[in-house]
Amino acid sequence: MRTPRSRLPADGLPRARRLPVRLALTLCAVALAGVCAAASGTPEQDRRGLVEFFAGRFPGVALEDYVYGAMIASADARAQYEQIMEFPPFLNDIEAGRKIWETPFRNGRRFADCFPDGGRNAAGEYPRYDERLGRVITFEAALNQCRQANGEPPAAYGEREPMGVLTAYARTLSDGMRVNVKVDTPAARAKYQAGKDLYFRRLGQLNASCAGCHVHNAGNTMRMEIISPALGQATHWPIFRGGEELMTLQGRFKRCMEQMRAVPYGYDSEEWNNLEYFLSYLSRGLPMRSSVFRK
Amino acid sequence: MPEPIRLRVKLEGDVADVRVLIGHPMETGLRKDPKSGELVPLHFIKSVTATLNGKPVLTAQWSQAVSRNPYMQFRIKGAKADDEVGIEWVDNRGESNRAHAKVPAAG
Repeated sequence: MRTPRSRLPADGLPRARRLPVRLALTLCAVALAGVCAAASGTPEQDRRGLVEFFAGRFPGVALEDYVYGAMIASADARAQYEQIMEFPPFLNDIEAGRKIWETPFRNGRRFADCFPDGGRNAAGEYPRYDERLGRVITFEAALNQCRQANGEPPAAYGEREPMGVLTAYARTLSDGMRVNVKVDTPAARAKYQAGKDLYFRRLGQLNASCAGCHVHNAGNTMRMEIISPALGQATHWPIFRGGEELMTLQGRFKRCMEQMRAVPYGYDSEEWNNLEYFLSYLSRGLPMRSSVFRK
Repeated sequence: MPEPIRLRVKLEGDVADVRVLIGHPMETGLRKDPKSGELVPLHFIKSVTATLNGKPVLTAQWSQAVSRNPYMQFRIKGAKADDEVGIEWVDNRGESNRAHAKVPAAG
């Protein structure tokens, strides 16, 4: 049993809290004439609705620029980012990842043998729904599947080495690739929907939801930081915070949930995999950036 | 075997802009190993020397106060294309590493 996560009914909210809810309705109304978020709308309608919503919120920002996250709202932060990325401080970590990627397993095969085209432009296909396993497979899970298929023990998630630096390198092979997540079967739709529900669900002591910040308050400032928009959030992982601290997407989920004062789900948990599936679909068509610096 | 030094040189007019990233643990000697509880021994870069065509242009005396994987940027006046910039460091265990790069044409 986890600690219960509080949820308030929309109409039970105090007046000041009603705004996000109304925005959610607007968002859904754009996505689909009629009823809202949790219930319906195809993934593509959700994505288009969100694109339109943010186009109203950040006028003049090109769709592709959403991969820069909160930096679309701060030219200064963007300039600093460009300068750091000219000569990023985490090159040695990526190099360490390359060594792991290229070191053969005991049976002589390599990671590159597990993916089409040696892993080039592979990461954008993930997460994907595996019909046979009945679960969402993230890129990290695919790397672990590769290890296991070659008789190696799976690597732990959420650890800097080897998984963190390995994905940092493996995803650089897909730098610039357009996110190509597919949700094309009813079973996949169910997982997508579960991820979407979690994104909009209020959790934890602060009664916050992912969407409460990253949709309804994207671009606003909280604790001296600009909140990034949901669009483009799944395109650039792992990040090196401050150039040093490696953080994967699910590591970010963990940190977010801690900040919401909720009990984080686990790495590679059904909930987070579904959430990653949903979030990645929203970034469909955007170019991947890997690996990048973030504050 | 120490981690490699990364060196990037850019020429602007007659000034070479040099950026250096040194892979080094830079242990202060005050940190405890989280698993064993033992102090991690002091291990830091004592001196860094930058050269232009073998002639020193910068020497720095560092201490354990410098952070892990140090980054350094400086400019060398009077550099021209095809000059060679060199970097060498020595740490308190006597280990050292060096790297060099050619100054590219201005652009």
